Amino acid sequence: MAFFSVENIRIKGIGAAVPKEEVSNWDYTYISESDRKLLIKTTGVEKRRVIGNSGHTETDLAEAAAKKLLAETGVSKDDIDILIFVSQTPDYFLPASSIMLQNRLGLPKSCMAFDINLGCSGYVYGLSVISSIMSNGKLKKGLLLAGDFSTIGTPPEDKSVYPLFGDSGTATLLEYDESAGKLTFDLNSDGSGYEAIIVRHGGTKNPLTKESFEMKDRGNGIIRADRNLELNGLEVFNFSVTVVPKHLQEFLQKTSTTPESYDYFVMHQANMLMNETIRRKLKFPPEKTPYSMQKYGNTSSGSIPITIVSELKNKLAGELSFLMSGFGVGLSWATVALKTKDLICPDIVEL
Amino acid sequence: MDVNELISKLQQEFEDVPAGTLKPETKLSDIPDWSSMHALIIIALADIEYGVTIKGEELRKAQSIQELYNMIITKQSNPS
Repeated sequence: MAFFSVENIRIKGIGAAVPKEEVSNWDYTYISESDRKLLIKTTGVEKRRVIGNSGHTETDLAEAAAKKLLAETGVSKDDIDILIFVSQTPDYFLPASSIMLQNRLGLPKSCMAFDINLGCSGYVYGLSVISSIMSNGKLKKGLLLAGDFSTIGTPPEDKSVYPLFGDSGTATLLEYDESAGKLTFDLNSDGSGYEAIIVRHGGTKNPLTKESFEMKDRGNGIIRADRNLELNGLEVFNFSVTVVPKHLQEFLQKTSTTPESYDYFVMHQANMLMNETIRRKLKFPPEKTPYSMQKYGNTSSGSIPITIVSELKNKLAGELSFLMSGFGVGLSWATVALKTKDLICPDIVEL
Repeated sequence: MDVNELISKLQQEFEDVPAGTLKPETKLSDIPDWSSMHALIIIALADIEYGVTIKGEELRKAQSIQELYNMIITKQSNPS
């Protein structure tokens, strides 16, 4: 069981960057008006930010978020001992984006850097890895970057993915502090569901060929190429409203906490119906459960930090208890309970 | 509850479906503009309102609202 606590690490600040280009689902004319209304009501996603033809990737977004966060927290680049980048849409097969970011952010060569290949659960997983290494090695400061260029694989002809996803890059600054409370994690995996959310072509199993780009009719009005993101909505929904609430209930039991113990419950921003079903099953009050999917859609591993920056920026003074939970592609799901103190969140950068 | 209570809950969820359209014998696939979104809404409704989990493939087997109702009742009396 991957249930454990990490001591002496505090989150000092969180920053986020999104592309300038905004797309509204009210303009999604590929589907009928009644479908559009139902889609927006069910998913909660009205607007999304997309990288489009800007030439950027999520690496640029994460870099911008990290630079602003370092400037506003006044932390010296020279103190960053570890950088981890969580992403499933890396710039290159190799090298890892995190290593390029070490250079682009001007971090010292003594900084360790590597990528983690996870999506919806990736932020919580990333926190567990970076805090464990920092705590164990007494590393002074660390940067956890998380985000994806999801819309590179979501064509408008696939209504099961196109209206859901947005692009983002986020940065979380952590520091070693012996007065910090513990972070308590519960991390899980179920690879039997690997096909529920998948990009079939482009890896070594199915290298890209001409066929990978052929738009094929998949039924139900869905047209998609094999290099695109494929999502089995019903299967993911079932997973999210059964396995995830049960996992969270067990987490509350194991930590002897209740919804009253937390100031905020920040979930991965999957879709409104799914997130609201989870919230209602756990009996978390709406005012403790912020959502940003209306403005940014599902931003993969960036969704938890972007929600904190976008929705809680002015409510972060003093000590606060957070419950954060990510769930999805893998299948993979992860929850953390942690405390923040005067968390610093710069305004969202637009790039 | 009875099947009419389920129908009124479905009616509330599917705002665009004209009142009185839904009957016990109405096929789910005949609900106007039926899509996977409707399926998600039904799964969430069964979960929150009736405390039962309906899988995607189980829902596909339910031909009508009456059959959906029967499935919920059966699952409520036989918790897995």
